[in-house]
Formats: sequence, structure tokens, C-alpha cells
Amino acid sequence: MDSLRAIRARGISKCFGDVVALDGIDLDVAQGQIHGLVGPNGAGKTTLLGLLLGLAVADSGRLEILGTPVGRTFAAPDGVAGFVDGPGLYPSLTARQNLAALAALRGRDARTAGIDEVLDQVGLTDVADDRTRGFSLGMRQRLGLAAALLTRPRLLVLDEPSNGLDPAGKKHVHGVLTRLAAEGTTVVLSSHRMDDLEALCSEVTILATGRVVFSGPLSKLAAENRELDYRLLTSDPQTARRLAAGAPGVRVVDDAVGRQGAEVLVVRALVPALDQLVARLVESGIALRELAPVVSPLEAAFLALTEQQQQAGTPPQETGPKAQETEARREDAEARQETEAQSQEAGR
Amino acid sequence: MTATATVVAPEPATGAGRVSVARCYRFELVKLVSQWRIRLLVLACWIAPGLFVAGVSQQSTLPADTLFGRWMLATGWAGPLVILGFSGTWALPLLTSVVAGDVFASEDRLGTWRHLLVAVRSPRRIFAAKALASLTVILLLVAGLAASSTVGGLAAVGNHPLVGLDGHLLAPGDAAGQVLLAWACVLAPTLALVGIGLLGSVVLGRSPMGLLLPAVVALAMQLAQMLPLPVAVRLALPSWAFISWNGLFTSPAQLGPLVIGIVVSLVWAVTATALACLLFLRRDFTNLTDVGSARRAVAVGLLPLVGLAGVTVAVVASATGTTGSGISQDKVQRSLATEFAHLYRMQTRQLNRPAVTEAQLKAAATCNKGSVRVAAEGPGNDWRCVVSWHLPDVEATGTAIYQLDVTSDGRFVADGDGPKEVNGYFLVRTPTGDAPNPLWQFDGNVVLLSTSKG
Repeated sequence: MDSLRAIRARGISKCFGDVVALDGIDLDVAQGQIHGLVGPNGAGKTTLLGLLLGLAVADSGRLEILGTPVGRTFAAPDGVAGFVDGPGLYPSLTARQNLAALAALRGRDARTAGIDEVLDQVGLTDVADDRTRGFSLGMRQRLGLAAALLTRPRLLVLDEPSNGLDPAGKKHVHGVLTRLAAEGTTVVLSSHRMDDLEALCSEVTILATGRVVFSGPLSKLAAENRELDYRLLTSDPQTARRLAAGAPGVRVVDDAVGRQGAEVLVVRALVPALDQLVARLVESGIALRELAPVVSPLEAAFLALTEQQQQAGTPPQETGPKAQETEARREDAEARQETEAQSQEAGR
Repeated sequence: MTATATVVAPEPATGAGRVSVARCYRFELVKLVSQWRIRLLVLACWIAPGLFVAGVSQQSTLPADTLFGRWMLATGWAGPLVILGFSGTWALPLLTSVVAGDVFASEDRLGTWRHLLVAVRSPRRIFAAKALASLTVILLLVAGLAASSTVGGLAAVGNHPLVGLDGHLLAPGDAAGQVLLAWACVLAPTLALVGIGLLGSVVLGRSPMGLLLPAVVALAMQLAQMLPLPVAVRLALPSWAFISWNGLFTSPAQLGPLVIGIVVSLVWAVTATALACLLFLRRDFTNLTDVGSARRAVAVGLLPLVGLAGVTVAVVASATGTTGSGISQDKVQRSLATEFAHLYRMQTRQLNRPAVTEAQLKAAATCNKGSVRVAAEGPGNDWRCVVSWHLPDVEATGTAIYQLDVTSDGRFVADGDGPKEVNGYFLVRTPTGDAPNPLWQFDGNVVLLSTSKG
């Protein structure tokens, strides 16, 4: 299984002075997966991405990237590319010159490095010969992605890649990332845009105060989570409202939150209860024209989990197989650290 | 753009692994040369000195307050030396500030450190490449200053002999060699400023002080050179090498102070660069606030250099055994008499009189400083000297009076006070017309070390 993991982190901790940025992080990311990293400001996302890019070394724990253990020196393993805190571009160079300089740095001929291809992929062909000094944030993001693509990465690490992107730019970036993943590249990206993550990621990790509060598939997050608000648009709102009010496990909440509307019905329910309501509506001959969560499952989970974390000051108690797996990983990490400590002691 | 563009396959890139210093160096050069201010500086350094020297050499008013400035009408080799004096004071500190003082700070300003580290994957190689690239650009600028001023001088005035600081004539070939050597010598203090610039750029990051540090340090050292400090302190500062090239233009050359200046400069260059490297390698690039701390700047940037200054002062003082200002009555008299004898011969040739040698002249000087109750030593503009000489087959002893302004770095300007036929007027009447009188005003220098003759 390890050979299929692009990232394997166990008990990663990182402090900046008195500030604990990462506190015993465990993370597994499979090859070819687009993995989202979510968390409030200061949760440790950028620090974790920095570790993956080789910009820092962890104070403790074990990190394997693309099957290679990361040592104690600054250096990203081969095949890793990306950016944190925005792409690094030189404003006195054109977009093409930025990429050509990067290609030359990697020992590649600018003519055969595929600069035109990556510019085309991110939609910057028309401004390839413009100096990047005048680029908008979205254009800079796309050029940063192009720079990362130029190195033909096997692991792409991106911090807020959708920042500043217009819909067309977003479409370009999503298309590129999806195709990269389909061809085997692992993508780890952080974002505050839940719609982006839901559109792109098969799995997400939620961080809060330096700890993992959830890691797994999006579907699991939705299933494990509490009730959500759903917006229903039906052919007969009055009847639908009456049926919803009488349905077990379903509460009509539009009045309570001031979303009263003649056509729109907002209910709060778990997924199974919502499924039953939909079946009853259809049985009653009511056409369901629209059904969507008011807040996405990921956003709801993010808010709930991080609020819970902040209130408790500790990660929420996980249950089920995931929790057992996490506990097993922690024990594994602790045992390994103990062994390492003993080895070091013996070495002295 | 098409939405169906083929994605580059995720195969290992060629050239995987750490980027070599050579590639990184080229990358840094591309970045530096792409900046308009660097291009402007290169252009200015390769054009402006030549135009300045050519322009000044066509005027009757010369920059006499600059060493060799009064000889700009006489030979094209004076021009590059005037520019060299100006460069040591202003141009080189400012150029090193703009290039070396910004080479690391620019990455902070642009927010590109992480990008660079991910691309290169070795802070050590990044440091080496940046240091080499900034050094290359500075060498290009220095070469421009030297080449341009030389071409301007030779084109405007011609390839004529140069009068040295002790009045002896250097043939054009010798003058060319000495001018080239003088420019090569100031590379050492320039390297010291580059090291200080790198240190400031690493320690102070985006702070304007990082950019200005070489200029500020150079200015402070120039001020120190102007103060009546002990000669050991003067020689222990890297800025001394911006002055000590003067010794190449005496016969014999005053190599002792020059070598000390170069060695001290190189020690400063190595120490400052090593400190910068050490601090850069310890920097945490995930923590954006990990730069610019005033406490750290003082603790790891300033204090070691202050310590180095103290050590070099002690070493120079013990090695040379020199104390005080280094300017004594005996040295001033010897230096003035020697130079007077050389220049007297030049005047003799101008006036088409019978040739006379320095040995026949037996020139001697008697100097006092200010009041007779004050010891005749140290810098000041109140030196008054009487030079005497003899001519073959002439019973009478010739005498001429000079007022000397001796600065603390050993340089002096001798201003003739008469008699008018010898040194009291700025022109002499030659068979071909009026010509500048070489004995009227001239520059000289007193060697500060007691081991050499002045």
C-alpha cells in the first residue's frame, strides 16, 4: 500500500518559538488523488504545505513523500512542485521569461521545455510576452501553476490556487488539476473556497489549531456529520411544507431563520430522513424541481468541527473505523519515535 | 487556450535533483540584468566616466581638489585616476548598495523566497549563486568605470607621461600599468563592501537600511579617515585601500600600506560574507517574520564586524609598531624635497635650461607647523616649508616657500609662495609660450608607516 501513497505523515509537529503550528499531524494521501486541506486561519495549513515543499523540517514525526523519507535538511524531494502564499514571479520578466528561467534552472532547454504548452493549459498564451508586473492576482496564480507544471511534478502542492480567479480562469485551473490527477499526479491543495474543494477533491483533511480534526472522503464527512439545511423547490410548496412538517426526522426551518418564501422550502434533516421525505413528495405527485444544501456539507462540517475544536481546545472524539485507524497510527508513531530515541541514545 | 489541452505527463523532469550553482548563477544573473536600474547603472558606468573625463579635459578649470585632477590637461592617464578617487568615495559604495545590498532583500520584497527554494532546493547554492551574480555585476560596473574613463582620457588628451605623486615621470606604458593596478587594488575594498551589502541584505531584509548599509558603512569609514585617528586604526579599516593605491604612483612604490589595506579588506569581505551565509542558512523560510529583527541585526551582524575591527587594529598596531598620526616633520620634509627636485627638473626642461639631476640639486626642506611652540607633526593646513636647492656651478642656494595642507591620510597639497619665478605663479614662460608651472601647486603624500621612507 505504501507504494501507492504519495504522502505518509506520522506524528508531525512543528513549533515556531512558543507557537505550536502542527501538533502530531497524521496524513495519508494516495497517488493520483486530489486532496484538500481545509482549516481556519492559523490552523497550520501553510506550515504543513511548507513541509511538503521542503521549505522547513518538522521538529518531530516522520514524513515520507513519494516513497522517500524526508530528512532533516531543507529540500523538497524530487518530483514535488507548487507554491505557498502565492506564486513567486519576477515582475521584470515576462511570463515566458519567468518560465524559461525556471526551465533553464532545471537544466532544460527553453525551446523544448514545453513552455508554450503549459501557458496554453493555464490560458495565458495571449499574455505570454507581457511583463508579469502588470498581472492580476488570477493571472499570477495561473502562471504559478504553469511554473509548477513545467517541472512535471508527481506531487503538486498548491496554496489557495483559486485566489483571484475569474470563472474562466477557475475552469482552466480545475481542468488542469483534474487531468493531472487522472494521469497520476497527486495534488494537495488548500483553499477557503469550499465549492472548489468539493468540485475537485476526493478526500479532505480538516485542520484546526495544528491538529487533524477530520481526514477522509467527502462522502464520509457528509455521512458522519449532523443535520444539514436543505433548500427544496417543488411544484406544490404548500403540500410539500405540510408533508415535511409531518415527516419523521425532518424540521421545517425557514420560518425560524427568516427565509420565508412562497416557493422555497428549507428543511433540516439527516440524509436518510431527507431521502424518505423526497420519496413521500414523489408519491404524493409533487415534482421536485430543486434540492440543494443551503450550506455545503464540507462547509457545514468545517464550521462545526472547527467551532467544536476551538470550544473544547482539543480534537473532537472520533468514533468508528476512522477513529480506530487514527488511534492505531498514533500508537504506531509513538512506538517509532520511541525506537528512534532509543537508537539515538545507543548511538551516543 | 483550449480547454482540451493535453496535460504534461507526470514523468520525472530532466535535471532532477539539486540545481547546480552554475545554473542557479545564470538564473540570478538573468534576474539582475532584467532590472531596469541595473541596466541603467551598467550603461552609466560604461559611458558617463568617459564623457566626464573628455569634457573636463577640454576645460581650463580642472578638479584640482581631486588627486591627479590638476594633470588632466597633461595626460589621458590622469582621467581614470580622478574617476578612481571619486569612485572610492561615492560610486563604489553606492553601486554595491544597489546591487549587493538588494540581492537578497529583493526576494523578500517580491515574496519569491519559497518559489526559489522549491526550485533550487539548496539554500547554500542559492547563497553562492546570489553572491557570485552580484559580484559579477559589480565587477562589470567597475570595469566600465575604469575602461570608460581611460578611453575618454586617452581620446581627449592623449597617451602622454603621467607625473607621479613624488613628481617623477611615468612613461605612458608604466602609467597604463599602474592605472590598471590601482583599479585592481580597489577591488579588495569593493569586495569588503559587497560582503557588508550581502550581510545587510540577509539580516535586514526589506528594511531600507539593508540596502543602504554598504553606503552607510563606507561613509562612516570615510569620516573616520578624516579624523585625526592613530595610523593603526586608519590602516585597519577596509576603506584605507580606497586611498592607499596612491602609493603606486611614487618611486619606489609605497607597497606596505597598500598590502595592509588589501589584506584587511579581504578579511572583512570574507568575514562579512561568511556571516551573511551563516545567517541565511539558519533562516526559517516558513516564518515570514523571520527577518529584520533589530536585535538580531546588532547581535549577529554588527557586533562581529566591530570585533573584527578591534582585532585588525590590534594586529596592524603590533605588526607595524606605528603609533600616533604617522605624519612627522621628518617625513613631510623628505617627501616635499623629493617631489620638489623631480618637479624642478620638469620645470627646467620646460624652460629649456641646462639639464640637472636630483643628486645635483640636493634639495632639502625645512618645515614647521603653526606656532613654533607646537610640535611639527600631524595633519593640518598650517605647515610652512622652505625648500632649498643647489645648481651646479652656482654658488647661491635657491629657496622657495610652500604652504602645505596635510590631511590625516597623508596626502598633502603644496602651494607655492614664491619666489614668483620659481613657484609663485601658476604659469611659466617657455620658448613655445605660457605653460602650467609644475612647482606652483602640486599633490604629494607622506607615507604613514614608519618603516618606509616618505
